[in-house]
Amino acid sequence: MRLSKAWLVASRDFKIFRRQKNIWYSIIVFPIIISVLFPIILEYAGTRSGGSGMLSAANLPNLLNSFSFFIVIGAAYIPLGIASYSIVGEKIEKSLEPLLATPLTDGEILLGKAIAALLPTLVAMYAGAAVFMVGIDAVTFGKLGYNYFPNWTFGILLLVLVPVAVVMSVLYSIIVSSRVNDVRSANSYGILIFLPFLAIYFASEIRIISLDINGLLIIAGILSAIDIALYFVSTAAFQREEILTKWK
Amino acid sequence: MIGLIETENLTKKFGDLTAVENVSLQVNDGEVFGFLGPNGAGKTTTIRMLCCLISKTSGSARIGGYEIGDKNDSLKIRKIIGLVPDNVGLSEHLTAYDNLDFYGKIYDCTKSQRKESIKRFLDMLGLWDKRNVLAGTFSKGMKQKLAIARALIHDPDVLFMDEPTANLDPESAKTVREFILELKKEKTIFLNTHNLDEAQRICDKIAILNTKLRVIGTPDYLEKVAKGRKTVITLEQTNDKILNSLSKLSLKNLEHKNHTLSFDVADPDSENWKVVEAIVLAGGHVTTVDVVGSTLEDVYLKLVREST
Repeated sequence: MRLSKAWLVASRDFKIFRRQKNIWYSIIVFPIIISVLFPIILEYAGTRSGGSGMLSAANLPNLLNSFSFFIVIGAAYIPLGIASYSIVGEKIEKSLEPLLATPLTDGEILLGKAIAALLPTLVAMYAGAAVFMVGIDAVTFGKLGYNYFPNWTFGILLLVLVPVAVVMSVLYSIIVSSRVNDVRSANSYGILIFLPFLAIYFASEIRIISLDINGLLIIAGILSAIDIALYFVSTAAFQREEILTKWK
Repeated sequence: MIGLIETENLTKKFGDLTAVENVSLQVNDGEVFGFLGPNGAGKTTTIRMLCCLISKTSGSARIGGYEIGDKNDSLKIRKIIGLVPDNVGLSEHLTAYDNLDFYGKIYDCTKSQRKESIKRFLDMLGLWDKRNVLAGTFSKGMKQKLAIARALIHDPDVLFMDEPTANLDPESAKTVREFILELKKEKTIFLNTHNLDEAQRICDKIAILNTKLRVIGTPDYLEKVAKGRKTVITLEQTNDKILNSLSKLSLKNLEHKNHTLSFDVADPDSENWKVVEAIVLAGGHVTTVDVVGSTLEDVYLKLVREST
């Protein structure tokens, strides 16, 4: 596996993405919503409630951890559009066959496609997370008396859970893309990737699981195991012969 | 130049369906090899096997001495071949230049090599002025030319072309054909085509495939061998006496229309004089004697019909 060759494939995809408004929107919108909307909601709700109930200083950390989990959901969402376009787009343009006839290996092409979906997502989500931290700290400092972010829980969420979620979404998108013929269908099926993340979120809301450091590490471990399984399925789907003879 | 293609009993099955069966052929350096056959005959499957895109079920094939099916050799084969697929497969959101540059990078061409090759091929194909235009905005003919340039960017020894002139307007098809003839000087070309006229004009050797290889040879050889030739004799007048005398000669497929007689002939030089002699002895006056060869189209249709 030559990383330089995988990077070539990714670089070409970046060039293509630059001309795709839809992909830009899918990369930018979610981080903006999370980073700007949540601090505004907190500020507005705090003003109305006067700092009681859920928005009391005692409850805020739990609430903020729950909010933080939306960064992971975003990280699972963004690659859907990119990876679906990247692979289904090639199917529509029928540009995979000449690419497969080059000395690139299947693994290098697949890795290139994964990098193309992974990097913009991580950049967007980390940028969004930075703004999110600053915004939340700004609106909660008065109540808490300290900056809640950064902290170890958020660090694990960003550095462990977000990459695991992105990889899961990319691999899942590759599998879905191999079975459908248009980007819309890929996105429709792809949306199912939300389910495990929403389940985790609601489980935390009803206190079945806790989104503290231990809880996040356990979740990351389970999702990593799913990633490994998806890796084997996606590499099996991304074989030259499969692509040319069995892909729809 | 390497560029030798050899297959022995090459076979591909998809489940119960046999797409290509026991194909044995040889393409020599610098030859243009025409692969003819109806839709579903296995032409594209053969090209895909030779380009190491799909596996063979049985048999063997070598390109430039490298064995298809061998994992290490597959990469080496893909370095020395270029493929123009039946669907051009360009990245439509990249410019013509970027499309070619990307492929040049894959083959480890240096920046100056890429620049030089891109200029050379886009110039030859009349696309240099459009180098910064998105490929998606190109006409079919322009896309086809760009796909050919892409396949040549790394200067491959063997070029596989799958229906390169299909769906092109006559002028674009002519440009592509002329370009293939230009390439013929330096490359071995394996050309899948439906176009019999094109095959006859461009190819040094032609094979007709319909799952199995039906015939292989030079265009001239195919015309002669597959059906033989026809003699057409025009008389001033025909009568029963002449026709009776000809019937004694047991001519194959003798037809009589107005004052023209025609019949199949295997060896015109040794057979026609006997017929002319019989006509003259029966009191006939021969105006013209022509030997008409069967066309490649006749050969193609005959072989394809026989095999279905």
